[in-house]
Amino acid sequence: MAIAHAHTSGMGGTRAAGDLVARMQMSRGMKIAEAKAYVAEKLKISIEELTDPVIMTEVRQDMGLGVMSPQPDDAKGMEAKFRIAELLDIDINCVQRFKRKTA
Amino acid sequence: MDKIFTRFGDGTPTYLSERELMADLVAGAEDAADRGEIPVLAEDELQHLADIFKMPGKIVSVERGREIVLSYDAGTLKIRRVGVNVERVQALQIYEKIMGADTMELNHVDYSFKPLKPIVTMEQPVLEQALLTTHIPLFYGAMPNLGLYTQPDGPFPNPAKLMPEGKIEEALKAHEQCVEDAVKDIVTVGIAMYEGGADGLNIDSVGAAGDADFQAALLATEQLKKRFPDWCIEIGMSGEFILGMHGGLTYDGVRLAGLYAHDQVKLAQKAGATIFGPVVNTDTDETLPWNLARAVTFMKACGEAATIPIHPNMGMGVGAVTVNDHPPVDAVSRASKAMVELCRLDGL
Repeated sequence: MAIAHAHTSGMGGTRAAGDLVARMQMSRGMKIAEAKAYVAEKLKISIEELTDPVIMTEVRQDMGLGVMSPQPDDAKGMEAKFRIAELLDIDINCVQRFKRKTA
Repeated sequence: MDKIFTRFGDGTPTYLSERELMADLVAGAEDAADRGEIPVLAEDELQHLADIFKMPGKIVSVERGREIVLSYDAGTLKIRRVGVNVERVQALQIYEKIMGADTMELNHVDYSFKPLKPIVTMEQPVLEQALLTTHIPLFYGAMPNLGLYTQPDGPFPNPAKLMPEGKIEEALKAHEQCVEDAVKDIVTVGIAMYEGGADGLNIDSVGAAGDADFQAALLATEQLKKRFPDWCIEIGMSGEFILGMHGGLTYDGVRLAGLYAHDQVKLAQKAGATIFGPVVNTDTDETLPWNLARAVTFMKACGEAATIPIHPNMGMGVGAVTVNDHPPVDAVSRASKAMVELCRLDGL
């Protein structure tokens, strides 16, 4: 069922920009249109391209945002979340804690 | 046109004529409008629903650019429920890396805040490890589940036993005592998960034990947001209507019993919730068109009342999705497309 929703109306998670748009809803309470526009502007792409897995894989690899099928040297896990926080200009709870523990 | 393939609310296949299809759409929308005292769907909206049902493909989808965010309640629990023998961090990786989830939720199999309180220090390291290895936003989730606070499972007298004995005052007091303890448990676990690094807390299946359950979720949200103003708290409902098990409980002066989604969301906003997950129940005796028109009517009103993002529940048995362990893709995709295109949703 989750897959049916994902194919019908989902944003594609890390295949595309679904996790980034979700972060803006969660951290700033943005409604969907505002959250998409914010992320698209930060990535310098169009709203339609946010869910395009080919374009977004390239964008995510270039910007170190983590991808679904990571290649050697791609940002993974916490590494990617450091970049996501910086790109979206938001505080990510676990990133802040990681910084405090490793500083 | 030939007969249109669709299903009943339990998933049983059926065929409708165009006239029957439109009659069911109108009746479903009118049922919601009557119960919720909200506007019925306009003619062009009903026609859009009819067009979705007449589409020949097995799966349908929204137009490019109109996609929404998906959040998942009880995500790691669902992997275990189907008998996939992986640990929870692996379950999260499956959702992220294989299913392309936008967000995910870590949870315990005993999905209630009360039993979590004594083991919360065992849950925090799992959360911390999950956060190191995943990219997507991660909630921790559980239910208020006020049923666990009354005897024989909990400390307080059981209102369901007191009421038939005519002990009304004692029953009402027991509900209120349950709220006090549940709020403490939700807040304690919430603080622990914030300190563990979670991106958000999903207070899920709210209202399962009636108005006291909803009141506990609202009060706990209020306390957590005072402490952590920037933290995401999602309130996800269990049913479409708040049952008045107490009957007199209020929040911000509003009586909770009898509220539908478009009024529930206003209180969730006041309490400080970041995301609200409304519910419309599926009626197994009615057709999918009837259920979907009804769900869209309720959710459209909720979307118009909401100033925060809303993620209507569309799992098995809610949001017009059929009551069956294996919901058919023709039904789920039609429900998903219709809800996104006709309501002001931000996610599912």
